[in-house]
Amino acid sequence: MTGDDTKHLPLEDLHAAVGARFGAFAGWSMPLTYPAGVMKEHLHTREQAGLFDISHMKLFEVSGPGAAALLDRACPLDAGALDISQSKYTFFLNEAAGIIDDLIVTRLGDERFMVVANAGNAAVDEKHLRGLAEDFEAKVDALDRVFLAIQGPEAWAALARAGIETGSLLFMHGIEPRQNWFMSRSGYTGEDGFEIGLPEADARDLVARLLEDERVLWIGLAARDSLRLEAGLCLHGQDITPEIDPASAGLMWAIPKDIRAAGAFIGADALRAIVERGPAQKRVGLKPEGRQPVRAGAALFDADGNQAGHVTSGGFGPSAGHPVAMGYVSTALAKPGAKLLADVRGTKIPIDINPLPFTPHRYRKG
Amino acid sequence: MAKTYFTEDHEWLRVEGGIATVGITDYAQEQLGDLVFVELPETGRKLAKGDTAVVVESVKAASDVYAPVDGEITEANNALSSDPSLVNSAATGDGWLWKMKLANESQLEGLLDEAGYQAHIG
Repeated sequence: MTGDDTKHLPLEDLHAAVGARFGAFAGWSMPLTYPAGVMKEHLHTREQAGLFDISHMKLFEVSGPGAAALLDRACPLDAGALDISQSKYTFFLNEAAGIIDDLIVTRLGDERFMVVANAGNAAVDEKHLRGLAEDFEAKVDALDRVFLAIQGPEAWAALARAGIETGSLLFMHGIEPRQNWFMSRSGYTGEDGFEIGLPEADARDLVARLLEDERVLWIGLAARDSLRLEAGLCLHGQDITPEIDPASAGLMWAIPKDIRAAGAFIGADALRAIVERGPAQKRVGLKPEGRQPVRAGAALFDADGNQAGHVTSGGFGPSAGHPVAMGYVSTALAKPGAKLLADVRGTKIPIDINPLPFTPHRYRKG
Repeated sequence: MAKTYFTEDHEWLRVEGGIATVGITDYAQEQLGDLVFVELPETGRKLAKGDTAVVVESVKAASDVYAPVDGEITEANNALSSDPSLVNSAATGDGWLWKMKLANESQLEGLLDEAGYQAHIG
């Protein structure tokens, strides 16, 4: 290997100028924290508005007469049934129904869809989608955009002050408010908020206007992780992987009933078989007793000392005020209130199965 | 008269009468970010240089703090159980981690002084 393959955000200079601390994530150099620190950044997002640079994520436009059919093959989705501007959380599945990536698909027009994919999987997703597209009258364009998220109860007001009206846009809907812009009311924090893909020059202008507003602060990847974990949202690569299916992950709500029964998506047969016999393990929320965080990889045991599962994400929840985690446990044990033990560096820490989310979602649904 | 030493692992030791008070440097606490938990050692535990003495946990990650020299724990900073953020707000003061009785004072000679540590972190 020669050279450094780390990718850099188009707005990296802006983050560096305000003192961001950078770290590697999914092949990118990302702002992990700003001088306020993860705790304040997290709480600020829940109380006011946090601005996140998520340009490591990838936007694909899928278009053509066969665009809906292509997406129906790639995802357990009825793309043609989506209203224009409606978004849907979905996945690419492999033949074994393992989750290649989780995505948000938004219908932009009769024959046009936006697909938002995770940074770490963008290359795999693009190859997968382009490969499938050969059998459909559809084309896949990877868009070159800065991608920003603004999240929190004041996000809409901060955007309005910056000249962007969001009034009629509801949760899980997306529009193209300007040339080469894509804006959806969605996010990864459990709060009301927006994700906006736009050209770099427009992004610099928007960021400058947003940061004039004292309600808006840059928020790093560390707080993004604690916010999503409190909100019970999965991180692909940890909580869901190509070895985990939507039934085990507790994500069957994302698949419409008729698609579960009769959809012809990749992995359909395998998923139906898993649902038929019941998944062996299930994703659950976990609340450690006391103050000590229990982190990804920790083994879980039942009261008799038998291994019961493992933790896939864990840390401290600044809004919850206690450590929070999620993981997988045997289906028989996967009930709220069940008491388990987590192994942390050889010490067994009591940990309870807890309903998700840890902090209530505050989406603007209508 | 207390004398302060530093390690390349971003710890400080204040030594007085054969007892070292140990903590992490301000630079280290900045790198770690907001601490939410400190796993403290038991009094009486014997440590060899390089053993994990304490685990400090930030929102995001757990990090080991190593014994900078050989010795025996005489006291842990129990104030950190209820307020781990003392390490962030006063890393070289009230946020100290543990005190240890030195087993071999000659090991101190291998440590950095303040100027050496400042040069180390650049």
